[in-house]
Amino acid sequence: MSVLNLTAVSLGKKIQAGELSAVEATQEVLAQVERVEKDVHSYVSYDGEAALKRAKEVQQLIDEKKLTHPLAGVPVAIKDNMCTKGVTTTCSSKILSNFVPPYSSTAVEKLEAAGAIMIGKTNMDEFAMGSTTETSAYGITRNPWNLDHVPGGSSGGSCAAVAANEAIYALGSDTGGSIRQPSSFCGVTGIKPTYGTVSRFGLIAYGSSLDQIGPVAKDVRDCATILSTISGYDSKDSTSIKREDYDFNQYLGQDIKGLRIGVPKGYFKEGLDKEVADHVLSLAKTLEAQGAVVEEFDLSLVEYAIPAYYVIADAEASSNLERFDGVKYGYRAKEYNGLHDMIKKSRSQGFGPEVKRRIMLGSFVLSSGYYDAYYLKALRTKALIVKAFDEAFAKYDVILAPAAPTTAPKIGSSLADPIKMYLGDIYTISVNLAGLPGITVPVGKDKNGLPIGAQLIGNRFREDVLFKAAYAYEQTKTYEMCDLAQKGVN
Amino acid sequence: MANIISDETIDYVGILAQLELSDQEKEQAKKDLGTMLDYIDKLNELDVTGVSPMSHVFPVWNVFREDQVTNGDDHENMLANAPEEKNGQYVVPKTVE
Repeated sequence: MSVLNLTAVSLGKKIQAGELSAVEATQEVLAQVERVEKDVHSYVSYDGEAALKRAKEVQQLIDEKKLTHPLAGVPVAIKDNMCTKGVTTTCSSKILSNFVPPYSSTAVEKLEAAGAIMIGKTNMDEFAMGSTTETSAYGITRNPWNLDHVPGGSSGGSCAAVAANEAIYALGSDTGGSIRQPSSFCGVTGIKPTYGTVSRFGLIAYGSSLDQIGPVAKDVRDCATILSTISGYDSKDSTSIKREDYDFNQYLGQDIKGLRIGVPKGYFKEGLDKEVADHVLSLAKTLEAQGAVVEEFDLSLVEYAIPAYYVIADAEASSNLERFDGVKYGYRAKEYNGLHDMIKKSRSQGFGPEVKRRIMLGSFVLSSGYYDAYYLKALRTKALIVKAFDEAFAKYDVILAPAAPTTAPKIGSSLADPIKMYLGDIYTISVNLAGLPGITVPVGKDKNGLPIGAQLIGNRFREDVLFKAAYAYEQTKTYEMCDLAQKGVN
Repeated sequence: MANIISDETIDYVGILAQLELSDQEKEQAKKDLGTMLDYIDKLNELDVTGVSPMSHVFPVWNVFREDQVTNGDDHENMLANAPEEKNGQYVVPKTVE
């Protein structure tokens, strides 16, 4: 059986049992990368030689019984906004084209300690600003299900890599839906945990109060195992939290009888594609048959989440991205007149249009005279949105939502109208504002054969409910691979 | 468009954002910023009187620790990323006359 048919946990098991070696697994994945990368372009960079060298070292430790982690020897792809020591980390931006981090992000360090084999760094929207992976300075990524369509974004490379079997699993990051939306478009499973669960240390910041790292994988069990591995309190991240539970596997297989599922009526009205709506609601029916209680309700303030989000995220981005000035690292303009001109020119030549757009909006809403009217207003709106979710979770254990209003759009059809693109984030964005966990699971395909994902949203710290419900649903179906992913599967 | 962005405003934003825009980029930026602000003005429909601004969902406070060095000397690796360096220092254009 091909390695490419396996989930991360099942591959890890075979490696521990000696049925397969980490080197064989890595070779198979690299062969698949060679086959499909020219079409999909999931990676900004990958290094087969380094991966094989690492696989040999890891295999030795496994042979010596020094590495027994379920993910030991399993090949992974890392989004290119997570620092990797000695490996170029670009954020898909020209401004970081030559940046080689002197340290690794905590999430990556934890995976490495577990014996993960990194294949490469995945493509993304520049600085995670976008929903299509088309704003990357290093070319677009294509959806493995249909190469004429986008994979979603901003973790489009990570989700495409998993869907195309160019990695067994991946890490993504999610500021306004950047794990959950591309997971939906690519037919894979991805979770954004409660804010503060995974350390942001070494994650190049976009909107610090919203950013979270999370797993992208073939199934719910993989996500639980990966999340258990990368989460934990970290003194290097001042917003890191101390949770009571860090073992998320314990929730898989738990009974969902009596689970209260709330379906926000406003989410299933105009603007949502009919096929997407039907498939998402089918998840509710499946869980209802297993004893869950499904009820429609009014979630208030839905239409205010996007404007509030873009004020907050862009304000934070304008501040976070000040550091890219061509002084200590990154791109420096070739010709300039004095220090300030050097900084201005380096930034102007180094950032792409979408990043500039957001930095300018962020600078504007923070400027004196507008701070109260825009920034503080958005923070007050955020407080109301948090309250609306608190009220919902007093009645329901989990909220069912789409991950996006449509399936993956065609390449080239989104960037011309930014507001329209931003509106596509309507079901994911409020989850970041409220710091909630959300998971996307594949629920079917539309008439054009493009995947549809459903999103389950839980209360803060209640990943247990998400894993329980998503796993129960997943037991009723099998993971479907796209044709391209099966190229190398015997 | 309800929000008309003037040349002065976009120049000021350019200074704050430390970006140099071509004339063409400036015109586009004025349009984009105006459109976004029109959209964001939707927040004005909401009455937020008495609602405190929430920056973080969880309470955050200063994280104190002993001032102990835990990382080693990474001087060379840090400098390896410098666009220009000399004698172990970052080189920038002259800033004082």
